[in-house]
Amino acid sequence: MSVNLSNYYVDGDPIADSSAPDVPLHETWDQRRFDANLVNPANRRKRTVIIIGTGLAGGSAAATLGEAGYHVKNFCYQDSPRRAHSIAAQGGINAAKNYRNDGDSIQRLFYDTVKGGDYRSRESNSWRLAQISVEIIDQCVAQGVPFAREYGGLLDNRSFGGVQVSRTFYARGQTGQQLLLGAYQALERQIAAGNVEMHTRHEMLELIVAEGRARGVVVRDMVTGEIETHMADAVVLGSGGYGNVYFLSTNAMGCNVTATWRAHRKGAYFANPCYTQIHPTCIPVSGDFQSKLTLMSESLRNDGRIWVPKEGGDTRHPRDIPTAERDYYLERRYPAFGNLVPRDVASRAAKQVCDEGRGVGPGGRGVYLDFASAIERMGRKAVEAKYGNLFEMYEQITGEDPYEVPMRIYPAVHYTMGGLWVDYDLQSTIPGLFVIGEANFSDHGANRLGASALMQGLSDGYFVLPPMISNYLADAPFEEVGPDHPEAVAAAEAVRSRIEKLLAVNGSRTVDSFHRDLGHIVWEYCGMERTEEGLVKAIDLIRELREEFWRDVKVTGTNEELNQTLEKAGRVADFFELAELMCIDALHRDESCGAHFRAEHQTEDGEALRDDENFAYVAAWEFGGEGGKPVLHKEDLVYQNIQMKQRSYK
Amino acid sequence: MNITLRVWRQPDSDAPGKMHTYQVADVSEDMSFLEMLDVLNEQLTIDGEDPIAFDSDCREGICGMCGLVINGLAHGPGKNVTTCQLHMRSFADGDVIDVEPWRAEPFTVIKDLVVDRSSFDRIIQAGGYITAPTGTAPEANSIPVNKADADAAFDAATCIGCGACVAACPNGSASLFMAAKVAHLGLLPQGQPERHSRVLDMVDQHDAEGFGGCTQIGECTAACPKGIQIDLISRMDRDVLSAIAHRK
Ligand SMILES: Cc1cc2nc3c(=O)[nH]c(=O)nc-3n(C[C@H](O)[C@H](O)[C@H](O)COP(=O)(O)OP(=O)(O)OC[C@H]3O[C@@H](n4cnc5c(N)ncnc54)[C@H](O)[C@@H]3O)c2cc1C
Ligand code: FES
Repeated sequence: MSVNLSNYYVDGDPIADSSAPDVPLHETWDQRRFDANLVNPANRRKRTVIIIGTGLAGGSAAATLGEAGYHVKNFCYQDSPRRAHSIAAQGGINAAKNYRNDGDSIQRLFYDTVKGGDYRSRESNSWRLAQISVEIIDQCVAQGVPFAREYGGLLDNRSFGGVQVSRTFYARGQTGQQLLLGAYQALERQIAAGNVEMHTRHEMLELIVAEGRARGVVVRDMVTGEIETHMADAVVLGSGGYGNVYFLSTNAMGCNVTATWRAHRKGAYFANPCYTQIHPTCIPVSGDFQSKLTLMSESLRNDGRIWVPKEGGDTRHPRDIPTAERDYYLERRYPAFGNLVPRDVASRAAKQVCDEGRGVGPGGRGVYLDFASAIERMGRKAVEAKYGNLFEMYEQITGEDPYEVPMRIYPAVHYTMGGLWVDYDLQSTIPGLFVIGEANFSDHGANRLGASALMQGLSDGYFVLPPMISNYLADAPFEEVGPDHPEAVAAAEAVRSRIEKLLAVNGSRTVDSFHRDLGHIVWEYCGMERTEEGLVKAIDLIRELREEFWRDVKVTGTNEELNQTLEKAGRVADFFELAELMCIDALHRDESCGAHFRAEHQTEDGEALRDDENFAYVAAWEFGGEGGKPVLHKEDLVYQNIQMKQRSYK
Repeated sequence: MNITLRVWRQPDSDAPGKMHTYQVADVSEDMSFLEMLDVLNEQLTIDGEDPIAFDSDCREGICGMCGLVINGLAHGPGKNVTTCQLHMRSFADGDVIDVEPWRAEPFTVIKDLVVDRSSFDRIIQAGGYITAPTGTAPEANSIPVNKADADAAFDAATCIGCGACVAACPNGSASLFMAAKVAHLGLLPQGQPERHSRVLDMVDQHDAEGFGGCTQIGECTAACPKGIQIDLISRMDRDVLSAIAHRK
């Protein structure tokens, strides 16, 4: 490595997860639950828990803690908790039920998760996720989630990438919607019961840490602009992922890093920020005005075949290209998994064929996802029943009929494995601050397998957080801390002055134009392929652009109204800071692993080449102060139940 | 193409609103309707004017956050699409397009095209759930569900809660929204114990919110981006009758 890393960060002390009990792996969760302290039902009412987010993680946690009798204050930025971005998940949710009798088990789901994550996740967390997966399906079915069923009335399954069993439960192409509505309805029941206080159209802009504990948040009422202080005994962040740092992604318009980033600035370590998942099957970009990218569910890879012409510059209609002149490159390179290789592998392979000039469609940034053989094999009706709504969605966006012409797809940013560092109890480095769902870093290592995020969100929210937060609250009451505590006052003041600062710039460029430029930088240099040279350049570019943002951004209107420009400006300001840390993390991780592909480190046939000797750790970053360098804390990853291997899907 | 927009502008819920005219040039047919509004808002911002406020989040037709009345139609001219899924290829050069918020008494305008739909959440609170506290569930496959019922429950459950049915209904009724939830839960074995109380409580809340009654006009189904069928309303009415009969 030629660049001097000490220009970018400083080394800190190692960090470790001390809350997973030291027992055989398969007993860890049962033991932890048994050891956890309980809170007597009469005392629960006296304990207030703030939960940011109403997605699968936050919504399920709020409902469950409400049922348990805690006083819950729940926040989301949408106008209803039902609109959290979990609603958009299409494909499905994994569970080791082994209903297909195809050799599935908790151990196999655990193994697939760790291997899929390229040996960069914690064994204890991944095991627990697999163990809890079976309970999730039971819970959701009891709530009335209408999963797909077979004619006999039992639950149906399908396959997702990176695995050889069929363990994905689904509700047509709207699994996330149905799971979220289940959690939402349970939540609404608790709101009606008076256990949960719901605050919609409220955005968290600051965390309050007082006397060494997370004790509250500062939020902005997005309708009136009022800055409110809310205090509690513990704070939970279930605020989702930060994929929108790339501007274009499959995330919703409002997805942001603000909640977790503000907590990071208050002392919560941010782990593995550079692990971002690029999903292989999205609709390609069609113009500069584009505001978001649309995912075509991974489930399509069950039956669709991916190919490009063998020769570059082949502009024939896809149906006129004979089979012998097509390159089904995934089937060719990975005969064992074929079109169902994990996402990072499929995305990179698509990028490679396009870089070779064999891409299709405008700009040559696309590959075909072809259903001709599936339609021939199963008949159009069966294909319609399985994927109908996805095909319609594709046609609405592109104006092309995928039953006739192969879909064109290209990778897009989709999910962020990185997030706030948490221990086995899901507690961050700030006591009393818990982080759940996509917002934490915990279970997926350097690459998440399809259908595992829904599983994690619900595992965290329904089953892991409730006993672990009770264990924490068993030590309450804590110090008397009210909204007039100096830390609370300072946090509210910081929010106000930041808003004033944004409104005062009154420059000449729109927030979106900055966001788009930032997205280009991160996509180009910290996207599917990273290099030392590119990352160093990106860090400089981000710093320059950020400086220009604070000098020249134009935010119209005032704080005291519904002001969507102001909302966006605050989010983009935080994305700038995150983007820099992502690049520093990617620069420091001088290996390839999972979705983090450093071009300098690849095998002869272009696969990610890990360096277990030097990088088998979680990089947990501490905020280095305004203008200071971030501090790196390493959590060593120890594998006792699984042997680290070069991942192979051949 | 070049488009003329006439857009409802209203600073807040108390202030009066009116239509404003804007010209949008060089619109690409690949743009979505909301992307076209984004482009206009970029221009307004540069010019120092207040951009038009409108709700959207997922921009792929599933979160239910977006919703505009376009040329008098809830979610515009497309069939089975939300506003965010409507593309400019549905319009032609020179078109004049009217853009207004959802209009219904319980949906107060907050600003411009943004309305308050919290009444929908309160209808769900009244009974739109199955009581199944975390940790109490039996093994998932212990209750098989007939595939036809499961599929019909799913079809009803695809409602995204956008409010287009209300905006389209001359009576301002939310019956389709409510009926979809009643059918989703009532078609499943898990939903039976609360079937009667659910429907009565939801209907009471619906009326208390100020939504109108259903007279089977059918505009709701025509506007519904998810194609929820109006016969679900008759199904709900039958549930109401049977619930009342049982209450006695
Ligand atoms: C298009 C798409 C398809 C997907 N398909 C699948 C799939 O098939 N299977 C799978 O397993 N995973 C899938 N995923 C991933 C999965 O959906 C997400 O990782 C998961 O739903 C995240 O849930 P969450 O609860 O952590 O966050 P979210 O659902 O994103 O919820 C975040 C919540 O936090 C709130 N919030 C955020 N910031 C703030 C703030 N500052 N103040 C107040 N509130 C805030 C929001 O209002 C929202 O309520 C998909 C993702 C996308 C984008
Ligand atoms: S923005 Fe989500 S449905 Fe239109």
